[in-house]
Amino acid sequence: MGAIIFALARKEFLALLKDKRSRFVIVVPPFVQLLVFSFAASFDLNNVPFAVYNEDRSAASRALVARFEGSPHFNLVQRIDADGGITPAIDRRDVLMVLHIGPQFSEQLLLGRTAPAQIIIDGRNSNTALIVLNYARSIVTDFSQDWAREHGWPLSPAVVSTRAWFNPNLESRWFIVPGIVGLLTLVVSLLVTALSVAREREAGSFDQLLVTPLRPTAILLGKALPGIIIGIVEASLIIAIAVYGFGVPLRGDLLALYVGLSLFLLSSIGIGLMISSLAATQQQALLGAFLFLVPAVILSGFATPIANMPRAVQLITYLDPLRYFLVVIRGVFLEGSTVDALLHQYWPMAIIGVSTLSFAAWLFRHRMY
Amino acid sequence: MRLRGLLRKESLQILRDPSSIAIAFVMPVVLLLLFGYGVSLDAKNVPLAVVVEQPSADTASLEAGFAYSNYFAPRHFASIQEAQGALERREVDGIVWLRADFARRLASTGNAPIGVIVNGVNANQARLVQGYVQGVWIGWLEQRARNRGEELRQPVRLEQRIWFNAEVRSTNYLVPGLIAVIMTLIGALLTALVVAREWERGTMEALMATPVRMRELLIGKLVPYFILGMGGMLLSVAMGLWLFRVPLAGSFWVLVLASALFMSATLAMGLLISVVTRNQFVAGQVAIIVTFLPAFILSGFIFEIRSMPWIIQWITHLVPARYFVAILQSLFLAGDVWPVVLPNAAALLLFAAVLFALVRLRTAAKRLE
Repeated sequence: MGAIIFALARKEFLALLKDKRSRFVIVVPPFVQLLVFSFAASFDLNNVPFAVYNEDRSAASRALVARFEGSPHFNLVQRIDADGGITPAIDRRDVLMVLHIGPQFSEQLLLGRTAPAQIIIDGRNSNTALIVLNYARSIVTDFSQDWAREHGWPLSPAVVSTRAWFNPNLESRWFIVPGIVGLLTLVVSLLVTALSVAREREAGSFDQLLVTPLRPTAILLGKALPGIIIGIVEASLIIAIAVYGFGVPLRGDLLALYVGLSLFLLSSIGIGLMISSLAATQQQALLGAFLFLVPAVILSGFATPIANMPRAVQLITYLDPLRYFLVVIRGVFLEGSTVDALLHQYWPMAIIGVSTLSFAAWLFRHRMY
Repeated sequence: MRLRGLLRKESLQILRDPSSIAIAFVMPVVLLLLFGYGVSLDAKNVPLAVVVEQPSADTASLEAGFAYSNYFAPRHFASIQEAQGALERREVDGIVWLRADFARRLASTGNAPIGVIVNGVNANQARLVQGYVQGVWIGWLEQRARNRGEELRQPVRLEQRIWFNAEVRSTNYLVPGLIAVIMTLIGALLTALVVAREWERGTMEALMATPVRMRELLIGKLVPYFILGMGGMLLSVAMGLWLFRVPLAGSFWVLVLASALFMSATLAMGLLISVVTRNQFVAGQVAIIVTFLPAFILSGFIFEIRSMPWIIQWITHLVPARYFVAILQSLFLAGDVWPVVLPNAAALLLFAAVLFALVRLRTAAKRLE
């Protein structure tokens, strides 16, 4: 039995790796994507192009502008000297923000009155707008507090002092890169398995396989093994790159990570094989894999938090194995989670894996064309 | 005449294969529903632990500020240890901690610290939460000063204006961006698969052996899919306008024209993939890897291109979705901003032309084999 499964797995491996193009598709793109996306997928903004419209031209207003210029988040690209200049600069997307300081800014300040500083932000991307607003607000608050101290204003009654756990500098790369490990592992394992049954169905060799003494379970294992092995190897390489290449701290237990990875692969391969055995043709299998992949990524919490979704959509996310794996991998990387802290993430993946795999095995014999 | 026959054949082929119709119409609906409801970067009702070590009138009014904010769902904890435990278990996303001496320092020295701890794993969310906390803090300070018949004395007050999307609703920029992602899927994936299938089955060679010219063959393939894709686009726009209530500030015909350009570019890309790979398996994978994921991550749809490293920024110029997303976000939210629309439309035109030329080159060379 073991030898037969091994022979079948070996055949699957050869079918995948023998063809130069399919070998290329499995090996090269995940790494290229890891590099490109890890650098690209960041919510941190730097060098935000901004313009200054300073009607005041005093030492005080120049000091405020200098704070913006000195920040790594902002890059002064334009100076505006009339009201009419603001609209075109924003409309054309030359700048994301305009800092407008009115003519009485320093006069008000020196009289001991509150002076307004206005910022106008391009809201076409509302998330970017909010982040820019936060950066600008903290620069202005710092300036204001320093001014108060240096010029003998009364202290603010209360101040906010913030600390961030697990990611003190709030680098969004630390959030995104572990997410990409999950995303790419899902893509690779789905691609490897989704076509395996459908290809044989289309070629007619699946019927031959079914009339051999092999039991459906054995066929299933033979088909699943290459996916699991390729998935573990690629995921390990990607994790190594995340740690050594991108410097994302790996604080938790590798055991917790690999238990999660194995269960995640089990569930994603189960889904891949299920899609593959439901499909009559390779095209249907690919489309099926795709129709699973897109919502699975979107609803996993990869880019946008699940907590922001409406209740009904949140319920759907419980069917998504990536949802659980992202908690596992981010937990192990950043929060230093151990096996027992992640049990609630493990068992849903195990259930998804076992049920989809058994359904796929059942389909082997019950879906004939 | 020959062309008409081909068009008829291709159209019938689409109409009789439900999976093509499914890609063009069911997929946009499903994706828009998923994204429109599932993807939101606006944090609402963030679970927040509040620890007040010594309650007073001031701490009560500050707490009320958090309770009345739409952004927070505060929960009371008796001690900071309990609150930290809840933060570790991911039950709350942040802690507000008012120490025992808060009221005393508020009354005497000023600068009474409002301790804030956020879970930094999701850095973007954490930053937004910090911003919301600052908002509550400023509002509370102003309210408190007013109640005491004073004026809040702070040197600089920030006035913010967010243009084009005043209520900073993320759906307003995500839905237009999605149209680009969905059209990429329809255009590239569908043509790549369908045409690759013809190569694989040998029907392409059979067609080539007829007197039909290659150019006619390609046009015959593209026109029906173009119509299908534009249908999917109109459906998406209709859903965006009426279901998700996204405003369309620009003109509809500019939108249609820009979409037609983008559709041509993606169809050409799908065709090129199928001509190069001639294999459904590889074509499908390449289509997913070079079209969907870049359209999602490198198009500026979620992540800001201007903050990416310059190499990545350069790569984004090779992603047609980038130009279309820029056009869409301006058209929907800002209006017909010609300095944005025209250069991006020109880039799309160039893209389509180059890709079609490459397709012609490949097919002309292959014909001689």
